[in-house]
Amino acid sequence: MLNLALEVGRTQTPEAILFWILGPIAVLCALGMLISAKAVHSALLLAWVMITLAIFYIAQDALFLGIVQVVVYTGAVMMLFLFILMLVGVDSADSLVETIKGQRTTSIVAAVGVGGLLTSLIGRATIGHTEVGLALANVNGNVQGLAEELFTKYVWAFEVVSALLITAALGAMVLAQSQNIKSRTAQRDRSIARFRSGSLAETAGLPSSGVYARHNAVDVPALLPDGSAAPTSISRTLEARGDIIKSDVFELEASEVEEN
Amino acid sequence: MTTSTHLVYLIALPLLSAALLLVLGRIADKWGHLLATLVSATTFVIGALEFFAMQSRTGASRAATQKIFEWISVGAFKVDATLLLDQLSICFVLLITGVGTLIHIYSIAYMSHDHDRRRFFAYLNLFIAAMLLLVLGNSYLNLYVGWEGVGLASYLLIGFWNQKPVYATAAKKAFVANRVGDVGLSLAIMIAFAQFGTVSFDGVKAGAPHASPAALTAIGAMLLLAAAGKSAQFPLQSWLGDAMAGPTPVSALIHAATMVTAGVYLITRSNFIFDASPNARLMVVTVGAITLLFGAIIGTAKDDIKKALAASTMSQIGYMILATGLGPIGYAFAILHLLTHGFFKAGMFLGAGSVMHGMNDEVNMRRYGALAKAMPITAVTFGLGYLAILGVPPFAGFYSKDKIIETAFNSGGTKGILLGGATLLGAAITAFYMTRVIVLTFTGSKRWDDKAHPHESPILMWAPMVVLAVGSVASGFLLSSGSALVNWLQPVVNSQNVVAGEELMKPIVVSGLALGVVLLGVLLAIFKYRTVPTSAPTQVSVFTKAARKDLYQDSFNEAVLMRPGQKLTAGLVLTDYKVIDGIVRTVGWTLGAISTAMRKIQNGFVRSYSLLMLLGVLVLVFTIWLVTL
Amino acid sequence: MDISNYLYLSAILFTIGAVGVTVRRNAIVVFMCVELMLNATNLAFVTFSRIHGNLAGQVASFFTMVVAACEVVVGLAIIVTIFRSRRSASVDDASLLKR
Repeated sequence: MLNLALEVGRTQTPEAILFWILGPIAVLCALGMLISAKAVHSALLLAWVMITLAIFYIAQDALFLGIVQVVVYTGAVMMLFLFILMLVGVDSADSLVETIKGQRTTSIVAAVGVGGLLTSLIGRATIGHTEVGLALANVNGNVQGLAEELFTKYVWAFEVVSALLITAALGAMVLAQSQNIKSRTAQRDRSIARFRSGSLAETAGLPSSGVYARHNAVDVPALLPDGSAAPTSISRTLEARGDIIKSDVFELEASEVEEN
Repeated sequence: MTTSTHLVYLIALPLLSAALLLVLGRIADKWGHLLATLVSATTFVIGALEFFAMQSRTGASRAATQKIFEWISVGAFKVDATLLLDQLSICFVLLITGVGTLIHIYSIAYMSHDHDRRRFFAYLNLFIAAMLLLVLGNSYLNLYVGWEGVGLASYLLIGFWNQKPVYATAAKKAFVANRVGDVGLSLAIMIAFAQFGTVSFDGVKAGAPHASPAALTAIGAMLLLAAAGKSAQFPLQSWLGDAMAGPTPVSALIHAATMVTAGVYLITRSNFIFDASPNARLMVVTVGAITLLFGAIIGTAKDDIKKALAASTMSQIGYMILATGLGPIGYAFAILHLLTHGFFKAGMFLGAGSVMHGMNDEVNMRRYGALAKAMPITAVTFGLGYLAILGVPPFAGFYSKDKIIETAFNSGGTKGILLGGATLLGAAITAFYMTRVIVLTFTGSKRWDDKAHPHESPILMWAPMVVLAVGSVASGFLLSSGSALVNWLQPVVNSQNVVAGEELMKPIVVSGLALGVVLLGVLLAIFKYRTVPTSAPTQVSVFTKAARKDLYQDSFNEAVLMRPGQKLTAGLVLTDYKVIDGIVRTVGWTLGAISTAMRKIQNGFVRSYSLLMLLGVLVLVFTIWLVTL
Repeated sequence: MDISNYLYLSAILFTIGAVGVTVRRNAIVVFMCVELMLNATNLAFVTFSRIHGNLAGQVASFFTMVVAACEVVVGLAIIVTIFRSRRSASVDDASLLKR
């Protein structure tokens, strides 16, 4: 008895109150989204419309979908919108003057026409004025019922959609890369730049650190022709740390030379 | 009908010779003229042999045919390339080849200084071939091939010296006028085919008695149009005077003896049509009468010797045409006059050429005078021709012309008197202007300066003239003694069928009248041209002015035919440009305008595109909504 | 109350979203309106699932959400890239395809 009353009550007054309060609010918010000059206001109003829809989904026994609506749509998609707005210009306000002649009038007329026709069609449809209700379909729970449908009857669409998701992710990554404004310098360009640099020393290239058989020579500077150390052959960090070893430590003794 | 095997050579030899001379080009310059003359002489010999062979045959086997090949065989329409040599054709064959050969010989000397002499002879041979094809064809279609061929040869020969634009224009004029006539012949062939299912002479002759009078009159009228075009009769006579632009041998051969007589041949050959249609005959005699007077009047005012002779030709052919409209015997008299005319007119043209040759190509008779002493042979031969054309007995013209005048008077009623009167008047005017020519050229005082030294022509030129002069003297008597020609042509034109009675005047009276008016004309001319000014006087009567302008034939043609034709062409071109091209251009312009308008949709704004998508969705939803109504 | 009210609400939200896509110039706001339209359809799906008594509508709604998430990710990345080179996030500026 109670179940029946509850069941009937679902479509009766509580739901009606819910609908008649939230419905017009949703419509007003949508209109507001349409009219507002600032894009951020539009985004927030749309977010509220989505939340309203999520409430409606839950009210209609689409529990999973309602939560997904909040999480994915309101949470992720609308936030993404807000991020992009941040990138593009939060403060920029669109001018509301229409530049294309007749655009506004025609579009309002056309859209109202579509809406009116749809409404009339719905009104005249034979299906849709009484409901069967999802009690039977949700008998094991909404998520389980949905999963059953999704992984048996619609598994092919499921796979395709997952491929689409991957592609979209890749696409976004590709599109969001910053692009080189200058062309990458190739070896030839660098070589030419080196020769044009002015001093022969730079053209010849930086001396590498000295190579000695007895020591790992990263910290031993190379010798210039006059016997002094070349400062550019050693990493500056090592120099700053004082880890340089003088190269004359490794000079061979005369006796050692004769021995060999 | 006998079947012959060598009729084809009559046509093939000159044709091949012409082709050879044209193809070989300059290589043949040295001997081309000799080959051409030889070929022409050979055809005359073949013709003469055929004539003798024909004389030895009798009755229906006199005529000979030769089928060369089957030409057209389409459904019910069959035309073979067959040659027919009967009594009528042989007269023409002998005339064409005989006079043709004489003129070939004449041209060897006359054109000796011309660089393109070989080409001239090639065209002469081409003409001979085409004219022979014309008279030897056994059907209207075969005749038509020859008809066109002589038109082409005439064009090529009139415009032989086409470096001068005037001559080239004259050639075009001749061709176009001929073409108008050719339309008549084409229509006649078409009507004949529609009526009789065949276009051969025998077929049409067989079918003529059963055809409707309207059809026969139509065919006759179209044939008359064709004859008028080819023979320079009214209303297509304007080209003959200008055709004198060609070399004189051309004028002698084509525009005196042969091509212009093709019209007479056509009408005579179609005697079965004209005998069956009195209306057509009436048209024929009218045209003939008008033309003979037309030509005579023009001839009185021409100072150019060749143009005067051309006008004379026009007038004499008018006589022939008139004769062909006078019934069965008229055909025979027309042919008789045709043959005699061939002799004396060709002779006179050759004489004129000789005079021009001696006077350094001067054609204005006002610069001649007293040439008889300098060119005796020319003067004598020309004089004999003159007497022949006047109709002085016993020269050729007497027999032929007086017979025509007689038959004209005898044709009965008012028509007879009118026609007879016209012929007499024509004879008088002929006498006047021919005497004028003689007086201006050969007698009187010399009006040429000492730069010109007239001399007699070389033998190659005066020999043919002598031969033709002999013909002018004797041919009339020979052909009409014992009604020779009348009897000869009987199987073809039924010329012995004379309507009994109906003699208006006795023949001797007619001859007397004729001689009387001729004498009148001669005396008038001698009186008028006692003294001749060297330049044409300007204070003349309106008739003289009109005659000088060819009785305004060119102005008439221009005003009635040419300018309206030009306007029509210009109008059609404008219509084509504005209307037809305009339609096409409008289509293009419309498309351009539409696309310019539609381009505005593509303004590049994404929002407009998305609005269009929304509108599309609206249409879709609306359709669904409609469907569920 | 009539369950179709949810469907009417969905239609209204869809309409508002459609107007927004065609009228607003800021690219991100246009995107948000697209999201609104997608949410409206999700609501319709859920309502239908309740009407028919099976979970197919919810599964469809689930997939729609996933796809919308991917779309947002890639779309916003594109907007950021365009913004980097053009310094402007206005939809009207990308009008190079005009005639």
